[in-house]
Amino acid sequence: MPALAGKELRIVGFLCNWCSYGGADTAGVGRFSQPTDLRIIRVPCSGRINPLFVAKTLLSGADGVLVSGCHPRDCHYAEGNFYARRRLEVFKRFLPTMGIDPDRFDYTWVSASEGQRWQKVVTTFTEQIHKLGPAPRFGFAHEQNPATAAAC
Amino acid sequence: MTILTQLKEQITAQLPKLDMVIGWEQGYDALHATPLFMRAAEDVERLQVGPLSVHNTATYLTGLRNKKVGLVVKGCDSRAVVQLQQEGLIDRENVVVFGFPCDGVADLTKVRRLIGDIGRVEEVEATSTELRLRVDGREEQVAMSDVLADKCRRCQYPNALVHDHFAGKPREPHATSDDYSDVQEFESQSLETRFEHWKSEMSRCIRCYACRNACPMCVCRDHCIAQSRDPHWVTQDDMVREKWMFQVIHAMHLAGRCVECGECQRACPVDIPILALKRKMNKEIKEVFNYDAGVDPQAIPPLLSFQVEEENINERGW
Repeated sequence: MPALAGKELRIVGFLCNWCSYGGADTAGVGRFSQPTDLRIIRVPCSGRINPLFVAKTLLSGADGVLVSGCHPRDCHYAEGNFYARRRLEVFKRFLPTMGIDPDRFDYTWVSASEGQRWQKVVTTFTEQIHKLGPAPRFGFAHEQNPATAAAC
Repeated sequence: MTILTQLKEQITAQLPKLDMVIGWEQGYDALHATPLFMRAAEDVERLQVGPLSVHNTATYLTGLRNKKVGLVVKGCDSRAVVQLQQEGLIDRENVVVFGFPCDGVADLTKVRRLIGDIGRVEEVEATSTELRLRVDGREEQVAMSDVLADKCRRCQYPNALVHDHFAGKPREPHATSDDYSDVQEFESQSLETRFEHWKSEMSRCIRCYACRNACPMCVCRDHCIAQSRDPHWVTQDDMVREKWMFQVIHAMHLAGRCVECGECQRACPVDIPILALKRKMNKEIKEVFNYDAGVDPQAIPPLLSFQVEEENINERGW
């Protein structure tokens, strides 16, 4: 339970090591104020991000997921973010059929020097998620399955 | 000469050169077909084709990669062959395709919903317009139009797209294009309704993985991440979340590859409408990449390639 129960939402950010993580770091060094809802997971490249990471995160109770990588053409591994872009776009479009608001997931490009841009991205995205409120949840296992409930 | 006799002749002629030919025969009763593996000339006699030949025979191909295999295919099955060939999962020279024009197949779930659980069906007479069943001495009639599988109504490829031998005359497609109206209709409901819909549908899932096993494009075999402990993608809990996650995995792994043969939904013992997830995926693939899976053997699946400037992806400039 976070200290600010009810005020913070659970937002997970997958950030690429070479650009966006650096960008978030630059924003921190520059002492730009940012919302604190985002938990960052550092990955080697946005191409490393399987859209299923996002699915798993959302189904596991995150209210929003943000993926951020290097700008297209700037990838440290030359073409990782090109593949990521296609996969993530398809996945984002898939979300409405699942009954999950596609605005709960976004992907963006922030380079290591763009501290200011990172501040804008994270603020905008957090506001967007706060507007949507907490994500629909599954409830606990014993609520779903009477047999397990009896065993509890 | 009927399509069946023509097919039998073609298969008999080719059989000596092949390890086996896969088709359909009558299953445990007259209404249910089952895959038939023809190895000798006398097996060919048991072959049946028609509205009850529902299985996608291409499912077996990747498991029989080192054998020379003949395959009797409908249009949708042939798309699976094309897709497997495209991805280098089969050697086309090891596969002999026997195509025929398909009039559409019956959805046995619809039959059951229409006339109830009828038990063992003794005899089925299938014409192009109706199915006449004999059960317990009584006769039941259902119009083909009432039990035709949904995929057949929107079928654009009733004739095998690739074939080495073709029986009968190619027929006209049922539809010229697919408007994905079913996906749009589903999405006209509120997000909560959709979420609750899947929650309740997935709660019925028994995790038998029949959908995966029947899918011709599910080729990971022993490495399926649904059963791997490392990485541990889904647990063995019987929670809706895990079942749903598995279906998302399945849909995502088929993005740009699914040929909509509908085997996943047909194989589902509890009738969960999972084809809807794949339909949605295909709709988006079509919109973003203008791509149909399993049509062109030389094409590259869209998620295995990229363009530096994407035409249809708007990268929100924020």
